[in-house]
Amino acid sequence: MAMAALRREGRRFAPLVSSPNPINAIRSTLAPAEEQVGLGVRSISTQVVRNRMKSVRNIQKITKAMKMVAASKLRAIQVRAENSRGLWQPFTALLGDTPSVNVKKNVIVTISSDKGLCGGINSTSVKISRALHKINSGPDTECKYVILGEKGKAQLIRDSKKDIELILTELQKNFLNYTQVSVLADVILKNVEFDALRIVFNKFQSVVSFLPTTATVLSPEIVERESEAGGKIGDLDSYEIEGGETKSEVLQNLAEFQFSCVMFNAVLENACSEQGARMSAMDSSSRNAGDMLDRLTLTYNRTRQASITTELIEIISGASALEG
Amino acid sequence: MFRQVAHRLLTRSTTNHSACAAATILRPYSTDVSTDASSGDSAFVEAWKKVAPNIDPPKTPIQFMEPRPPTPSTLPSKLTVNFVLPYAAELSKAEVDMVIVPATTGQMGILPGHVPTIAELKPGLLSVHEGNDVKKYFISSGFAFVHSNSYADILAVEAIPLDRIDPAQVQKGLSEFTQKLNSASTDLDKAEAQIGVDVHSALNSALTG
Repeated sequence: MAMAALRREGRRFAPLVSSPNPINAIRSTLAPAEEQVGLGVRSISTQVVRNRMKSVRNIQKITKAMKMVAASKLRAIQVRAENSRGLWQPFTALLGDTPSVNVKKNVIVTISSDKGLCGGINSTSVKISRALHKINSGPDTECKYVILGEKGKAQLIRDSKKDIELILTELQKNFLNYTQVSVLADVILKNVEFDALRIVFNKFQSVVSFLPTTATVLSPEIVERESEAGGKIGDLDSYEIEGGETKSEVLQNLAEFQFSCVMFNAVLENACSEQGARMSAMDSSSRNAGDMLDRLTLTYNRTRQASITTELIEIISGASALEG
Repeated sequence: MFRQVAHRLLTRSTTNHSACAAATILRPYSTDVSTDASSGDSAFVEAWKKVAPNIDPPKTPIQFMEPRPPTPSTLPSKLTVNFVLPYAAELSKAEVDMVIVPATTGQMGILPGHVPTIAELKPGLLSVHEGNDVKKYFISSGFAFVHSNSYADILAVEAIPLDRIDPAQVQKGLSEFTQKLNSASTDLDKAEAQIGVDVHSALNSALTG
């Protein structure tokens, strides 16, 4: 009881001593401050630190869960991406790979993700697309964008709005399959005039490594032009064309089929890379949260011990004041 | 404090180890991504460096592909076939004697030493002959490339082994689409019904023939 009285006495005097503002100090002597923070903090509060710890712990749990989800999605889609890798190889074997081809109408198809929290892969794709745009836009050439995915759209719409032809989002709402991608390819081919399509995506090499890649699909006229000019597709003429009425019809079908095959592989690889990047981003996030939690726990313990010590000191000094 | 440092070191080493372990364990999955050191198209890399010197140039598909062997001087004895679908690589560098593909101009047989050809395929029967073994698939359309080094690439959208096809369903589908074709009004409906009829009659003849 005496201790309580002493404590109350201390509470009334402390504002006068510790408050920087004299007017407020007078006010608090009339009404002893009940609140623990702000003026005249009587005992050090651990509430602030405890709140922070709770929120950091929640964040750690959420990011751990997101990592597990991304890992399971990755396992499912990785198998399909691996299996689709054989699909674009025959085209490259036949027509070669010509990223440095010089054409009038370039279209850059940027593949990005719809959801965020997946590390830097979307920024990488956008950077590569922008650089390709710079390489390929000159006085007599033009370069347009076709964007797949919300994140690419958000970044590119800021400074290249007039160059964007087509935006397609929510690809992964339904299970990714070839039919869907071929419909997409059809839409792009119908609505966009092109001489060369440059598809930019992140190729999945391993869970921690994603390689930005660009695949080039040429329109049939350009294929003919390049094969006549010699160079990489030089020996296309030596191939006999079976089927269709004319060679150009078959080449047209070939170009369209090539585009849908390359797109299918690109979309799957990008989805794989997205999940892998999300896994590692969430993993490092949980790790950071864990570190932060460790530091906060130490602060919490120090604060707690300090407040106990302060209480003890006051009690003891009060008691010794009574005796002595 | 030492406990904290030790803990951090431990977690860092375990993450490195687990990342390395993950990379090495998962590499068997990614066996066909051989990042070839040959830096692809040099003209492209040059143009890239001028525009964006601080960013690494992107990779191009040719860097991920094993190069095809050149045309041999003597006729090879076997045909190397890659039969790929969007969902799987059915045959990958399989050495066979002969392949018969359903080109739009009719069934085409491919033997080692065939002239380089680009063939458009229609729905039909694909058979792979290896010694006395014959594997038959029904494919929806696609393309077939034959290269001068006796490599054949067959790309199809769908392929089913013949024994998985139900003849009753085929007949039912055929009659259904014939009926649709007769009652079709717009060009689009006619085209769709025609495609249905074509595929089902090809299925029919593949099953019987």
